[in-house]
Amino acid sequence: MLCDVCKENDVVITLTEIDGDGVRQVRLCERCAAERGMQTAVATPKPQIGTFLQSVHQQVTPAVGDAARCPFCSSTLRDFRQTGRVGCAQCYAAFESSLRELLRRVQGSSRHMGRAYTGPTDAEMLVAGTVSQLRERLERAIATEQFELAATLRDQLRGME
Amino acid sequence: MTFDLSQLPDGGVGWLDASGESADIVLSSRVRLARNIEGYAFAGRARDGERLRVLTQVRDAFSRISTTTDGVLVRVDQLSSLDRVLLHERHVVSKELAGLDTQSGGAREPKSGAAVHVGRSYAVMVNEEDHLRIQTMRSGLDLGRSFEEARQLDEELGAKVPFAFHREFGFLTACPTNVGTGLRASVLIHLPALVLTKEIGRVLAGLQQVGLTYRGLYGEGSEVIGNFFQISNQTTLGRSEQELLEYLESVVRHVIEKEIEARRVLVRDAGYIIEDKLWRAYGTLRYARSLTFDEAMNFLSGVRLAVGLKLISGLSVYTLNKLLIFSQSAHLSSIEGRMLTEDEANVVRAAFVRDTLDRTGE
Repeated sequence: MLCDVCKENDVVITLTEIDGDGVRQVRLCERCAAERGMQTAVATPKPQIGTFLQSVHQQVTPAVGDAARCPFCSSTLRDFRQTGRVGCAQCYAAFESSLRELLRRVQGSSRHMGRAYTGPTDAEMLVAGTVSQLRERLERAIATEQFELAATLRDQLRGME
Repeated sequence: MTFDLSQLPDGGVGWLDASGESADIVLSSRVRLARNIEGYAFAGRARDGERLRVLTQVRDAFSRISTTTDGVLVRVDQLSSLDRVLLHERHVVSKELAGLDTQSGGAREPKSGAAVHVGRSYAVMVNEEDHLRIQTMRSGLDLGRSFEEARQLDEELGAKVPFAFHREFGFLTACPTNVGTGLRASVLIHLPALVLTKEIGRVLAGLQQVGLTYRGLYGEGSEVIGNFFQISNQTTLGRSEQELLEYLESVVRHVIEKEIEARRVLVRDAGYIIEDKLWRAYGTLRYARSLTFDEAMNFLSGVRLAVGLKLISGLSVYTLNKLLIFSQSAHLSSIEGRMLTEDEANVVRAAFVRDTLDRTGE
């Protein structure tokens, strides 16, 4: 099923919105969800499993044609050849073998020897999510002139920062 | 939105103070780390909404880390074009981020969500080619401290927002030439004697042979002006940050030695010719009534060499560094409080250079 917004990528999340008249369901792809501030399971900082699965898939189907699309940003290898720029992080998994070959050619190696990276802790991601939600509610409260609510939200934010 | 540069800690030019090692030859050492945030397309392919989300996440992260308390976040996408040029002239933002990287000369706007978080000796560009470009700058040859500061920012930010990282390739970037460490270390170096003795060609070719590269005063795609060269690493994969830095530093030390040797040869073999040339450069700067930017840079290069050779005394490298930045067109326009035409800028530039040298010269 395709995303209700971009109509390009597969749906990963269904959002239920309640407004005055009733309930409405919006089906979003990972990217459109991220754009609306929703971290889907795939977009959270533990992409290792996703990357791993993709790399397994990659080994099964090593040849990626020019027309194959990245499942996240829908870039193709042809796009990359035209712009010289990769579309998103997931392109590196989607076109892994082609990009590995390219890295070996232009960089002389494809193996990172620099600092290892593990990403934020789960607790940190929770705080970050809460902070950004609070900030958004604060902005909305100011825009709609709900100043008492705004003051409360601002105090909560200060507490977290 | 108009922007007051005095808001920037140190005016964003602390690295000009000529306090570092070999500061008469090496203007600055810069380290840049390219990072992207998981869950969004890279800035070039991102939608407006994604870039704004990235900005929000980065802003939140900055508010919760400890090393950046003196920094300010500047929304580049909301600045006037003069202010954007000013930030670029200060080496705080790239042409691309400022929306100035047009081939045809027509004005282009910065992308939505383009911003920079500027502190005393760092600037983190948001939504440039990569979501984050962490840059630090130090006076003179000081890659170690420059990297140390960048590393700290990188670790703190990376503990707040999830960076795109691949188990084999390392940090993922929009351009494959930055993948891995995402590290570009560069040294802005003044090599007038190697240019005068025509040895520069060999030195530059040598750099490329050993896997380094060089660019002009403003980095990628810029021309060499005033005998300033930016020497940097070319590859970012297959070696650790430390190895990349140590290698660059050892080659730069070698280039500095070559420059010093060329200066000795110049003085020995062409003493009075060189002396005459440099004093003429100084004289022109003291008395000219109109100076183009390129002219000013070339004469300043001569005066800088004269100060290095101790021909001219009472003039500090710091003053010369400041002239390099403050005699650029947008800075002059900002002093005058209005947009100057090229001809007007040349006249104002000459007056500015005269005044500065009168105040500090011998």
